[in-house]
Amino acid sequence: MSETIALPRLEEDVQPRLAVRRVLGVARDAWPRILMPLIIGIASLGAWEIAVVVNDVPPWIVPAPSVILATLLRDWHTLSVSLWITLQITFAALAVAAGLGLLLAILFAQSKWIELSLFPYAVILQVTPIVAIAPLIIIWVNNVKLALLICAWIVAFFPILSNTTLGLNSADHNLRDLFRLYRASRVQELFLLRLPAALPLFLAGLRISGGLALIGAIVAEFVAGTGGQASGLAYRILESGYQLQIPRMFAALFLICVTGIVIFLVLGLIQHLLLRHWHESAIRREG
Amino acid sequence: MAKRFTDGTLALSGVDLDVGQGEFLSLLGPSGCGKSTLLRILSGLIEPSAGSLDWLTAAQQTRGAAQPKLGFVFQEPTLMPWATALANVALPLRLAGMSRSEREDRAASALARVGLAGFETAYPRALSGGMKMRVSIARALVTCPDILLMDEPFAALDEITRFRLNNDLLSIWQEARFTVVFVTHSVFESVYLSERVVVMAARPGRVVREIAIEIPYPRDETFRTSAEYASLCRTVSLGLGEAIAA
Repeated sequence: MSETIALPRLEEDVQPRLAVRRVLGVARDAWPRILMPLIIGIASLGAWEIAVVVNDVPPWIVPAPSVILATLLRDWHTLSVSLWITLQITFAALAVAAGLGLLLAILFAQSKWIELSLFPYAVILQVTPIVAIAPLIIIWVNNVKLALLICAWIVAFFPILSNTTLGLNSADHNLRDLFRLYRASRVQELFLLRLPAALPLFLAGLRISGGLALIGAIVAEFVAGTGGQASGLAYRILESGYQLQIPRMFAALFLICVTGIVIFLVLGLIQHLLLRHWHESAIRREG
Repeated sequence: MAKRFTDGTLALSGVDLDVGQGEFLSLLGPSGCGKSTLLRILSGLIEPSAGSLDWLTAAQQTRGAAQPKLGFVFQEPTLMPWATALANVALPLRLAGMSRSEREDRAASALARVGLAGFETAYPRALSGGMKMRVSIARALVTCPDILLMDEPFAALDEITRFRLNNDLLSIWQEARFTVVFVTHSVFESVYLSERVVVMAARPGRVVREIAIEIPYPRDETFRTSAEYASLCRTVSLGLGEAIAA
């Protein structure tokens, strides 16, 4: 029978392409994506610097980028401690959101009744403004760090829950029939079919939640004010505002932005690594 | 082996059909005639609302739920996109709790049987439509089923690929001699492949004719171009025409 089959050659698709031209270790056609935003960024900072110097704007109104950088380096010690605290809260909140979101989504997928009865409450949690409930949580929970974590978690958890629930329910119906046909147990169906099918949507939810966890951590700390031992970046911004240390405020703001970007990129990388073999979103198209 | 059922709903009505062991049977009919429904009832995925399905095996002459081993090939390849060809084929064995090395050996030989040796690590998206369907057939064969149920498996493929898969399916069937129930809406495919064509009509879904195709196997391109084939296709076409008019 084998001689009747002339299979098309698929090596190009199956094996990783080796012929990607690299410049300094990065694929050549990836350079514009790195360089263009960088050029725009440097140009805007340059314009900002010139505008501040030429118009003689005082630093307590708008500090020049060079002053912000100098402040960042000078105050690195205090700022890095704050950054570390904010990072801890953000990642703890994201981890709990991912874990609980996933577990709850699995629970929802087990029974329509559970989903019907609990989902509205998840929505309520999502639509309640975090600034409005943060003071309550801070009153109820003695440990400030834990209170901030809960706030950040509330903000971060819904995208993961709703995306994963959708993903678990969107497994191919024929595949589900196939699993039934071979008498798969519920556990087998969950681990071999539903969870892999939900992975792309879970990761998309995680990417949204990464940014939200950071925002939640910062907002909650603003609400908590200066009352805590947990003095993250938001606390530094408040403190700098009271002391009219505007360059330090900008330096803290800069750190928050960089953190957000790094979280986004890291989660994107995880998404790419996990999906690159099979999901349409992670596959580069030719031409 | 015999089976019989009647379905009270409109999907199928008064269907009474016997399928012999090792037989290659085609269900032919217009869309909406319930041939896929019949196949799903055979597979146990849905229950008939009236009537029953009896399996009589040589070993146990008892009627009832003693279901033989089934393989099912869907209209689409229905592969798990996140798994390699080998893992896809090994899935039924994995669900049955077979050890990794054993199921991978068997999956690899099933892949080789459908002409896909060397593609074990390929992901479905890297395979052509015909190759995906081959993987799907390998998955159905990996459990060494007694009955292979196929639901218009080649409908979405181009004619060249379809002819090639027809030939390969026939040679696999001749080697292993499992029972095949093949749903199709192609007259030419049903005549080329099967020993018996069951023509069905729609609204309500029912069996209107059975036509035996008494041509010995192996059948090949000579058969496909013979006058005999043409006249059988004509007979079956007329039967299908009556079924559509009925």
